[in-house]
Amino acid sequence: MRNKLHRWGPPILLIAPSAVLIGVFVYGLIGVNFNTSLTDNIRGQTTGYVGLENYTTLFSDDTFMYSLRNLAIYTLAFLAGTLFFGFLWAWLLERGVRGEGIFRTVYLFPMAVSFVASGVVWRWLLNSNTGDSASGLNRGLDMIGLGFLQNSWWTDETWGIFAIAVPAIWQLSGYIMALFLAGFRGIPEELREAARMDGASEWKLYRHVIFPQLSPVALSAIIIIGHMSLKVFDLIMAIAGQTNYTTQVPATQMWIAFTRGEYSVAAAIGTIMLLVVAVMIVPYLVHNYRAERNR
Amino acid sequence: MRRTQAIAALAVVGLTLSACGSDDGESTSGGGGGESGGEVEVFTWWAQGSEKAGLDALVKVFEEQNPDFTFVNGAVAGGAGSNAKNVLQSRLQTNDPPETFQAHAGAELTDYIEANQVQDISAMYEENGWNEVFPQDLLDLLTVDDAIYSVPSNIHRANVVWANPSVLQKAGIDPSTPPASMDDWIAQLEKLKASGVTPLSIGMDWTQVHLLETVLLAELGADAYTGLWDGSTDWASSEVGAAVDTYAQLLSFTNTDRQNLDWPDATQQIIDGKAAYNVMGDWAEAAFQEQNQKFGTDYVTFPVPGTDGTFDFLADSFTLPVGDINTAGTEAWLQTIASPEGQKAFNLAKGSIPARTDVDASEYPPYQQTAIESFANDTIVPSLAHGAATPVAWLGEITAAVSKFSADGDVEGLKSGLVDAAEKNLES
Repeated sequence: MRNKLHRWGPPILLIAPSAVLIGVFVYGLIGVNFNTSLTDNIRGQTTGYVGLENYTTLFSDDTFMYSLRNLAIYTLAFLAGTLFFGFLWAWLLERGVRGEGIFRTVYLFPMAVSFVASGVVWRWLLNSNTGDSASGLNRGLDMIGLGFLQNSWWTDETWGIFAIAVPAIWQLSGYIMALFLAGFRGIPEELREAARMDGASEWKLYRHVIFPQLSPVALSAIIIIGHMSLKVFDLIMAIAGQTNYTTQVPATQMWIAFTRGEYSVAAAIGTIMLLVVAVMIVPYLVHNYRAERNR
Repeated sequence: MRRTQAIAALAVVGLTLSACGSDDGESTSGGGGGESGGEVEVFTWWAQGSEKAGLDALVKVFEEQNPDFTFVNGAVAGGAGSNAKNVLQSRLQTNDPPETFQAHAGAELTDYIEANQVQDISAMYEENGWNEVFPQDLLDLLTVDDAIYSVPSNIHRANVVWANPSVLQKAGIDPSTPPASMDDWIAQLEKLKASGVTPLSIGMDWTQVHLLETVLLAELGADAYTGLWDGSTDWASSEVGAAVDTYAQLLSFTNTDRQNLDWPDATQQIIDGKAAYNVMGDWAEAAFQEQNQKFGTDYVTFPVPGTDGTFDFLADSFTLPVGDINTAGTEAWLQTIASPEGQKAFNLAKGSIPARTDVDASEYPPYQQTAIESFANDTIVPSLAHGAATPVAWLGEITAAVSKFSADGDVEGLKSGLVDAAEKNLES
């Protein structure tokens, strides 16, 4: 008994404060939020539980479904864009471009700017006027003879959400580049030499030696970008404002519901967002856990 | 291999945690709650520009009238008041009310009344004779179930068209006689479009709701317009449908980057001569004054065509919250708000007009003089876009429908969206 206490006591004591804090302020509040989403809470006044009514209302609401669709498109575009540019830049730097230090800083720098600050600038850059009254990017396109590329950016009903992904990609690609660069640098030179000794072509070297070594990096890049993307809010608020229809995502819908005083609906949207993020992160954690155990 | 994975996992966990904990919240000054008659925390969203100047002027009068009390500024900036309202809501729910808070007069107050967060102050109205100094139309709009819950500090007019006369002249339009009806106006807009300027400038969602409300008022008339908000006018009727069609037509004369602009940008287009007309509340007057524009020569104003003789009003007002507050301090503040000195100091600085009718109009600038006269003589109707006509939830749904229309241009969708919003909010 005493022995057990000796063995388990100190670790439990060490872990307890953070376990309690996370238990109360993360998991406890998730529980309270879920509980609120089952009521008809309007501005703190509630008459009781209504079951899953808030959820069924949301899923039959066209605007909310549109916001989910926007979120899916945004996430895919954001992921594809950052992974593509991040990998490309890391690969170029890895190949030994001159002035690596400068490029690394230049590409990483946008990440230092907050989404709100850059959003204010992008709001102007992504002005939807075309033709004579164009400004921002549309004007720039016109000046370099690419006038046919002018478009209404984020005010387009179908593809507007892509325009929001542009600044997001611009800001986060550098970070993904840094991750990949670290991944490249972590691959021992001997492995490459060994592969070359065995007569592997450059493509085969990448295909069978480098890429497998980079896959954990790619996976964490996907998780990091993915969960950031699912929570996108500040960028949209700064560029398009809270009520603009074409850039609605669940987070802005939640803010609108909260502002209207529909706390239960806002809580339901919050729960849905949490589930969407969980769908992305939980398989990764399970995979990691299994991998650790199998070793 | 194992190490990279562990690092990757750590990175993910770290990011998730930092994202969870990054909200540092609004720091509110923890005043209030004193029984010693000391501090009076006044919660507003007047944090900059002419609004801040107005508040400062008001505080000066308050401190002269009540040397015993200390004013505590509880202003929360941003989002045209929506940030402030959310902060206020959480304070009211944790039973930490300020001594008084700003709210749009009219239906927007019903949320606070139903949640039992503000007190009836009709007794103060009787004691101080305020029922005589505020116009009866306004008192009717402030009254909910025979009780009044707030004191109006200032009045704004929403149904105002701002125009650039030299742009109109270039298109062959005489700026001295404003269009008499919507049809006349649309004919002018077509002329302007042909002359190559933006006929009507507009901004993001709420400015579109603002335009929609003035069109509804013009096409339906004051009585039927007011009836929209209590259910006596049918939203599905052909008259409302026709008004929405007119709105859609007007929107086709506006700048294509409307979603990108806030109201000052849209008004600036008038000052810069890029657009001919702009419909905006009379806080736009401050923008013209700041740039030394001369009323009558550099810009002209008139009521939105078809709304002459109607004053589409909105007002800021102050309340007496329920809870542990310094009630004497609140009453002192409300007295200052209602006093002739307070109204004058505040409105001269903010560029609005006083809610009292016993004021000397000659002390005000030329535009405000016209507004004071209309306010005293016209029929007063409540503004939709600024919280006088409906509770927040209804306005939110109308805004969503209008915003959707701006994106997809589906008039029938807008009509059914408006009908749905009305049904949902009238039944509850």
